[in-house]
Amino acid sequence: MTSPPSPAVALRGITKRFPAVVANDHVDFEAAMGEVHALLGENGAGKTTLSNILTGLYRPDEGEILLFGQRAEFQSPRDALDAGIAMVHQHFRLVSPFTAAENVVLGDHRDIGRSFLLRPRVIEQRVRELAGRYGLAVDPRARIWQLSVGEQQRVEILKALYQDARILILDEPTAVLTPQEAEALFDTIRAMAADGRTVIFISHKLNEVKAVADRVTVLRRGRSLATVTAAEATPRSLAALMVGREVEVGRRDEARGATGDAVLEIDGLWADGDRGEAAVRNASLTVRAGEILGVAGVAGNGQRELAEAIAGMRPATAGFVRVRGRGLRNGDPRAAIAAGVAYVPEDRLGTGVAPGLSLASNVVLKAYREPHVSRGPLLRFRRIRELASGVIDRYDVRTSGPHVPAWQLSGGNLQKVVLAREFSGDPVVLVAAAPTRGLDVSGIETVHAYLREAASRGLGVLLISEDLDEILALADRIAVMYEGSVVGERDAGLATVEELGLLMAGGESAD
Amino acid sequence: MRIERRLRQPWWLTVVVPVVSILLAFVLSAIVLLLTGHPPLKSFHRLFDAAFIANGALTETVVSATPLVFTGLAAAVAFRMNLFNIGGEGQLYGGAITGATVGLLLAGTPSPLVIAGMILAGAAGGAFLAAIPAVLRAFFSTNEIITSLMLNYVVGLVLEYLIFDSHSYLRDTTGFEAKVFPQGKTLPDEATWSSWTIHGLVLPLGFVLAVVLAVLVWILYSRTRFGFEVQVIGDSPRAGRYAGMRTRRKILAVMCLSGAIAGLGGASQTGDFQHQLDPRALRQANFGYTGIVVAALARYNPFAVVLVALLLGGLTNAGFTLQGADFPSGLVGVMQGLILFCALGGELFVRYRVRFAW
Repeated sequence: MTSPPSPAVALRGITKRFPAVVANDHVDFEAAMGEVHALLGENGAGKTTLSNILTGLYRPDEGEILLFGQRAEFQSPRDALDAGIAMVHQHFRLVSPFTAAENVVLGDHRDIGRSFLLRPRVIEQRVRELAGRYGLAVDPRARIWQLSVGEQQRVEILKALYQDARILILDEPTAVLTPQEAEALFDTIRAMAADGRTVIFISHKLNEVKAVADRVTVLRRGRSLATVTAAEATPRSLAALMVGREVEVGRRDEARGATGDAVLEIDGLWADGDRGEAAVRNASLTVRAGEILGVAGVAGNGQRELAEAIAGMRPATAGFVRVRGRGLRNGDPRAAIAAGVAYVPEDRLGTGVAPGLSLASNVVLKAYREPHVSRGPLLRFRRIRELASGVIDRYDVRTSGPHVPAWQLSGGNLQKVVLAREFSGDPVVLVAAAPTRGLDVSGIETVHAYLREAASRGLGVLLISEDLDEILALADRIAVMYEGSVVGERDAGLATVEELGLLMAGGESAD
Repeated sequence: MRIERRLRQPWWLTVVVPVVSILLAFVLSAIVLLLTGHPPLKSFHRLFDAAFIANGALTETVVSATPLVFTGLAAAVAFRMNLFNIGGEGQLYGGAITGATVGLLLAGTPSPLVIAGMILAGAAGGAFLAAIPAVLRAFFSTNEIITSLMLNYVVGLVLEYLIFDSHSYLRDTTGFEAKVFPQGKTLPDEATWSSWTIHGLVLPLGFVLAVVLAVLVWILYSRTRFGFEVQVIGDSPRAGRYAGMRTRRKILAVMCLSGAIAGLGGASQTGDFQHQLDPRALRQANFGYTGIVVAALARYNPFAVVLVALLLGGLTNAGFTLQGADFPSGLVGVMQGLILFCALGGELFVRYRVRFAW
């Protein structure tokens, strides 16, 4: 046999240092033509830095990039694009008043795009061709704001294909998709690979990686740990590599204790979204003491607004929220707090904590009015410091002390602070919106443990999450939200992923 | 060369950086002086002498600094909560108008009563003017920068109208001269604010009041629940709302506090120094706008506001004294500009550092 062809992309000994942290430490990585290669790692493992180096955003301090055996050096993202490397970011870079076709041509700076006049028909024709070939169903004339998140992602992929990218990097592409949409995306990925393109698939979801990738490179703490063949790996072995120890990947523990009275009742609730549209439409839910009610749904179907309406952050336009049978004053966060609603907001840094203030201040963000923290109009700083130190010890918050500003904490540690504070107020109900978003595996484990503990202590927990695995792992009952309405409710034991996925996509249920 | 955000900010930087910035401003001023053919050291020496050392210089500096402490505190109080009250200028006029009115109305009553009345009226006048942009901001999300700034012009015109274009209660209409050259009624002697003399340094009541206010503001903002709420809302209004804080009320309270302090500055101008409502002097001085500069240089710290006001007041005072053929007339303005430029530029180095990569 002749020597194997040089890989489409090879990174050798890539090192990138930032102040106080080595984001990539002699990373080696290789992907062949026509290969789907997954980059697996926790948050902070160096996946993003590595893809930024590959797309020319950062320049490595050490190491080299080889494209098809040729040494490449990128001065800017433009160079990487010219070399055929394109990236589909987690947060789309689309111009929302423009059409899909216009967006596709926008990033291109060759022939058609370069000419002074746009020729919409030619572009649309080419976009249709590409869309047909790779199973990316998008109307080229639709404007971005009219498209669903899944469709927008397809436009992003089309953008890359239109520029004839040979190497595509997809950054956690399934985070915003329903299971069905994710399946369709995997088909597209396979079609692109069959075409000889290289797909680098960044993820921290083990099942996905196993489903779609040929090989997997695991990053941990900036180092490339191992490259394994996906077919030979198990989710358990991958998780162990990723975290450095054995972790539980499973479903919720069956048969928890019996649940109690209804502590949170939501009755025919309507609320407007930020743009004045009806974001929550006639939602009704009941959470009992000691249970976790999971609210599943694709991002942007009113879950955030629902959580905010319960917590009083967003006025309801109709309907009621009752805690232990007593109605809450509409649009008044203080009333919700007083009634015992603990709330872990989706937006941790900025709502859940004041980023510029110290950890200690954030621990008493709600309790500062209470007599044990203040004396008359004056604050008792020694008490506050003691409380903060207590939280740091009990919740194992990794930080150098209570005086550290909140923005310096990692996501997981920040979430521990938020949870600690919310539990300290003797709540009856805990509303947790996307509590593990952006956390690493150990952070997710910790948060899950606290949520379970909250339920076993008799709190009613409303868990809102876009991660179906998370909901399946924790919830006793599962409700699905679609376009602001609750479209179905199941016992966790009876629900199947397929059925829930269908509900999340707005499909008919078997009710 | 790269500029990076500092992960930690050593405490000494907040002292070293401003000091170095001011030294740098002096070095740059020296270059300007050299280029224009003046001996820098000698000029600095004369400047410093006229501002702080010469007989009576410090008293004059305190006079120039007093309104700046008020307006500087007014700006700092609001800016701490990310409320940009640019209306200190107009609020100071407002306080001068209400203060002078009460001073005239209470003529004949005991002096302490008149002074107390002027203080209250000045604070109320400033607070009332600040309440307008505050309500608009709290209930209609109007940009308070624009509304408070625009109000300055309105109040400025009202101020001139009262003296130049009407026969108002505040205008002096007795005697021939007063009809040709309009001016405000002179306040009665009871309305002259007290002052204390220590080793030849005259401390007017307004200055003492301003320093006491600085201490009170510091306590309010760093030791109380009110201050905690201001910190949280200033850092992240959403976090404040999330924590159940009454953000609208806080906007109203902080803006009115800011306006009241600026209004006190206006009352102090009439009670301490001018003894009549003097639109020209008030409008030319730009105390309100300079107060914003003072607050910025002081990094919104109330004690630093007092120091910065004394420094800028000293420069202004020296500029007045030294004006003449043998002293570069633009020097004071150039130096004030350079100090501002260097100090605000120096801020960058508190939060960021420069790394040289080879």
